[in-house]
Amino acid sequence: MKLALPLLLTVLLVLALPARADDAKKLRIISWADYVPAEVIADFKKETGIQVEVTLSNNEEMISKLRATGGAGFDLAQPSQDRIVGAQQEFRIYRPIDLSKVKAEQFMPDLLETVKKNASIDGKLYGLPYVWGAEGLVVNSKKAKIADYGDLCKADLKGKTAVRLKRPTLMAFALASGKDPFALYGNVKAYSALMEEVGRTLSACKPNFRFFYDNKDQLLNGVRSGEIVAAMMWDSGGWKLASENPDIHFINPKSGAIAWLDTYALPARGKNEAGAYAWINFTMRPAIAAKIAKSVGNFSASKGADVLMDPKFRAQFAASFPDGFKNIKWYPAIPPGLEEIEGRILDRIKAAN
Amino acid sequence: MDDTAGPAWQRRLMVGLLLAPALLWLFALIVLPHVDLALLSLRERTAPREYVTSLAQYRTFFGEPLYWHIFVRTAVMSLISTLLTLLIAFPIAWTIAKLARGRLGTLLFIVCLIPFWVSETVRTLGWMILLRESGVLPGILVHLGITAVPVELLYHDATILVGLVYTSLLFMVVPLVSSLESLDNSLIEAAYDLGGNGLSILRQIVIPHALPGITAGCIVVFMLTLGNYLTPTLLGGTSSQWFTEQIYTQFITRFNWEQGAAFGFLLLALSTSMVWVGLKLSGQRFSDVMRRT
Repeated sequence: MKLALPLLLTVLLVLALPARADDAKKLRIISWADYVPAEVIADFKKETGIQVEVTLSNNEEMISKLRATGGAGFDLAQPSQDRIVGAQQEFRIYRPIDLSKVKAEQFMPDLLETVKKNASIDGKLYGLPYVWGAEGLVVNSKKAKIADYGDLCKADLKGKTAVRLKRPTLMAFALASGKDPFALYGNVKAYSALMEEVGRTLSACKPNFRFFYDNKDQLLNGVRSGEIVAAMMWDSGGWKLASENPDIHFINPKSGAIAWLDTYALPARGKNEAGAYAWINFTMRPAIAAKIAKSVGNFSASKGADVLMDPKFRAQFAASFPDGFKNIKWYPAIPPGLEEIEGRILDRIKAAN
Repeated sequence: MDDTAGPAWQRRLMVGLLLAPALLWLFALIVLPHVDLALLSLRERTAPREYVTSLAQYRTFFGEPLYWHIFVRTAVMSLISTLLTLLIAFPIAWTIAKLARGRLGTLLFIVCLIPFWVSETVRTLGWMILLRESGVLPGILVHLGITAVPVELLYHDATILVGLVYTSLLFMVVPLVSSLESLDNSLIEAAYDLGGNGLSILRQIVIPHALPGITAGCIVVFMLTLGNYLTPTLLGGTSSQWFTEQIYTQFITRFNWEQGAAFGFLLLALSTSMVWVGLKLSGQRFSDVMRRT
């Protein structure tokens, strides 16, 4: 008993002590795989003394994690530009960006404009462009001939293709059916009808899908082993496979590749705003941005970074997109509520036999 | 220290302090989140940041056949895998408890335990390497001339069952061994002397004696299986949904916490009622069974 009371007091004292950490010397980023290369983290630390900590994630998880804490736990997030407005209106997880603290001249002007258009609420901007890329088709030309998303359902490809069971797949198959899902964003009824139709197409196509992949490596391994001969995939993964095996190509589908643009966004309760702005300005320098682009395998939003990139990479881009940007569709911001419709369609596809 | 001899209030304080971590744990990490989830599951979103109290989430579950389908499927598959685990674990437990003497018994037990030294993810990925079309087992089948081309053994419901049984085997073996060890061998000898055969002895002596252990093992395995997320997700095919997967989807990819919370409570109700039915059917009392686990 002589021990118990002092022990209890000590425990209480320890619990009561505020968790001290030097917040200004630490920058916590929640981002995608390969988006924040170790080399750039080291460079940044050398220049500013700030240590960067990275948590790997994806769009949905980023929003869910920030929602759970009300926007705390991270100083910088990197959601796609079309996923900012809906999440912000619903959950208030971001704070507006102060453009006076950003070197705006470092960004590619059209990408900055796109984000301003898609990620602003009431005149306040919630995102800045970081990296962009496009989703299309990866195909082993020795074993399959395809030109559009719908060709993944061709009878001779039974059990040999793969897609993700996520919204990009719905968009792709909607485009392949000759309709423009993005034009129907404002019309819930017509959009539902289109999604129902896409759901039926994909359910009927299920025998062709060997699996629905959740992560990049699952698909890469499938294609490498030859189990998968054609799949929906984003450019960086496709080019990676192409450089390993010359029979594999990343192609722009007839109905158009769908492009995303990932951003910098500031979580509402981040602790190191100054560090976040320093990081944004640092990573948009062309030389640094080129290093990042090389690590991701996608192009950076930094002006002048593209000319510093590996010529082989630029050749791959030219081969996949012979018409340049012409046949690329950009995701517009998703109005709240649509994802619920899509969710139910995705569940139905998964459950269909 | 002379605590035990101290006045009553000191003893009570001591008991309280000793229990405090467990109570704190129970309250902060189990009771509170469940209350929060219960409230969450009774909400409906009407507009951004506006919610009303309603039973809409539960109505969605009963109204949409899809969710029902997954729910029932998960329950049935969990039951099947529990029974399979019991069938496989019983001979193992019998061998360890009755046939293997001394070090051999310990060795067998360790063999059952070793797979659990690596994490569930690694074990499941191991199965994927073995079973995929370009994997080890299909290759052996072709080599032996059993199949002409490699067959895909992954992404079937049977694959999920294999993974689940493998994952939960130990949790069945442990209670079975402890309940079989207490069975007096002379009872079995006496039964043989009185003209019993293997089957009747198993039915009339071994199983009744081991019933608390069997029930305990089944309850633990059933709950583990029902709540498993990793194995069904990784080993299952394009049509195989597990209910936990649906809960994860609602929470993380659909941002629909309300629906996810309702699903969570339905799963809780399912496992509770299944355990209750299991206890009733086997005529066991919960407290007896829990002592065995």
